[in-house]
Amino acid sequence: MIEFEPLWLTFKLAGVTTLALLCVGTPIAWWLAHSHSRAKPIIEAITALPLVLPPTVMGFYFLILFSPNSTIGGWWVEITDTTLTFSFIGLVFASIVYSLPFMVQPLQAAFELVGRAPLEVAATLRARPLDRFFTVAAPLASRGFVTASMLTFAHTVGEFGVVLMVGGNLPGETRVVSIAIYEHVETLNYTAAHTLSAILVGFAFVVLFAVYSVNRRLPFFAQLK
Amino acid sequence: MPTPNTEVCSAEAAGLAVNLRVVYGSFELAVEHTFASQGITGLFGQSGSGKTTLLRVIAGLENVAEGHIQFGAERWLDQATACNVPAHARGVGLVFQDARLFQHLSVRGNLRYAHRRSRHLGGTLQWDEVIDALDLAPLLERAVTLLSGGERQRVAIGRALLSRPRLLLFDEPLAALDMRRKSEILPYLRAIPARFTIPTIYVSHAMDEMAQVADHLVVLSAGKIVASGPVTSVLQRMDLGPLLGRFEAGVVLNATVQAHDEPYALTTVAIANQAIVVPGFSAAIGTTVRLRIRARDVALALERPHGLSIRNMLDGVITELAPEPTTAYAEVLVAVGHAHLRARVTRQAADQLGLCEGMPIVALVKSVALDRPAAT
Repeated sequence: MIEFEPLWLTFKLAGVTTLALLCVGTPIAWWLAHSHSRAKPIIEAITALPLVLPPTVMGFYFLILFSPNSTIGGWWVEITDTTLTFSFIGLVFASIVYSLPFMVQPLQAAFELVGRAPLEVAATLRARPLDRFFTVAAPLASRGFVTASMLTFAHTVGEFGVVLMVGGNLPGETRVVSIAIYEHVETLNYTAAHTLSAILVGFAFVVLFAVYSVNRRLPFFAQLK
Repeated sequence: MPTPNTEVCSAEAAGLAVNLRVVYGSFELAVEHTFASQGITGLFGQSGSGKTTLLRVIAGLENVAEGHIQFGAERWLDQATACNVPAHARGVGLVFQDARLFQHLSVRGNLRYAHRRSRHLGGTLQWDEVIDALDLAPLLERAVTLLSGGERQRVAIGRALLSRPRLLLFDEPLAALDMRRKSEILPYLRAIPARFTIPTIYVSHAMDEMAQVADHLVVLSAGKIVASGPVTSVLQRMDLGPLLGRFEAGVVLNATVQAHDEPYALTTVAIANQAIVVPGFSAAIGTTVRLRIRARDVALALERPHGLSIRNMLDGVITELAPEPTTAYAEVLVAVGHAHLRARVTRQAADQLGLCEGMPIVALVKSVALDRPAAT
């Protein structure tokens, strides 16, 4: 018997997070790829923090930040009449930070590989900056976008510690697959744990296989200087 | 005394005027010049002379320049008012050395990229005309990765033209090509100014290429302009010898086609009313062509010799004699009517013949290169 509710919730969280990170991560990656500012290493270090911090550390800070007693948490309650803690939307915000490096780093590498040369050409052909981004940089970095999106999605699916601390275990709201598996193991329901775990292993393999295949199949990068 | 440096700027207020200073570490580029508002201006200099930097500043791709750039009535760069028009608003087409075609688009896609963004500007330039001028029709559906180096440059030139530029810049467009590809592209390059009437600046460090395409010449050395003027007068300046490249030193001059000798495949042309015979080419009698004669292909004689295989002998007068103390050679400038030839002879020969300025002399021309129909 497959439990669909945690699976659906997990993929919804990963999907929303990926879309949000495409909007948030792209400008950050673009700035990192093209900036010569002294602040660049600082921003690079900050965006890489989630790679090395234990999820409990991030979960702990999010819990404090999202608490209705804090400025942000209280402000959110005032506006929406809901809390950020133990809610789906709170998980989305936490996941955006948690998965940030998985979006920013492949994109930054892709933008650096595209380089300035094609953008300079586009400028001399009368293309404005946004035009240049969407018609030249983005298509040339398409492999980076695919890789970054797949890694972000997969990494969010694999989230556990942050969800546990910020979201708890509310069915249909914050009870994602990793939490459901944890609960099944705790209650010695190994059959259910097996089913969900096997599904995640299969999913993770398919995503990674796709990432590596995409990286091989879009060859035009090799010819860019 | 060198020939006076003739500036082409005074009557050209409509063109491009720059007064710039760019500092990169220990390198300083300081240039004040008004470029000709028509034809091709060659920007010549050795590597590191600053010519590519100057081109990029004019295109708006470098933000490091002090000074100002004026194009017609528009100010593109003005340090005083902190105005700096971005590249996409300048209407400058730039053909890069490495073509830089968009890899994610086909040949047609690359051309349309420029065409779509400039169509609304109107003007007389038509898509079909550009495709035709550069013979791009057979290439349109190809992927850019499957083009040869020469084809790639042709597409890049077509793309730049289709952006309907008001000023066209070439940054060593032939440097990455071998001899065969170069001669494949040159005819297209030469045809551009007459066909599209866009003022053009052409950067190169190859003088033979420059002599073939340029009408005006600006010589850049260590960040400074050391000479400028019509290509025919700059090339005969002997003080520029080391800068222009020793073995390619020579002159470019205009000649009139007089007769064709079909059995021998020869064509007779006249330089200042004196006839010389060159390998045959097709051009109507009476048309003006441009010849290039290298200094090392000109020998000197005190009187007309007999029994020589060299048929081309021109009567002239030595106007300048410049021995090079550090080499075996002397450069000699010979006036033939209104035209000039440069000869490179040994200092020993110059002394033993007693060459001096003002002396009548016979110039023996071993070889002549035909560059193109001269601009009218």
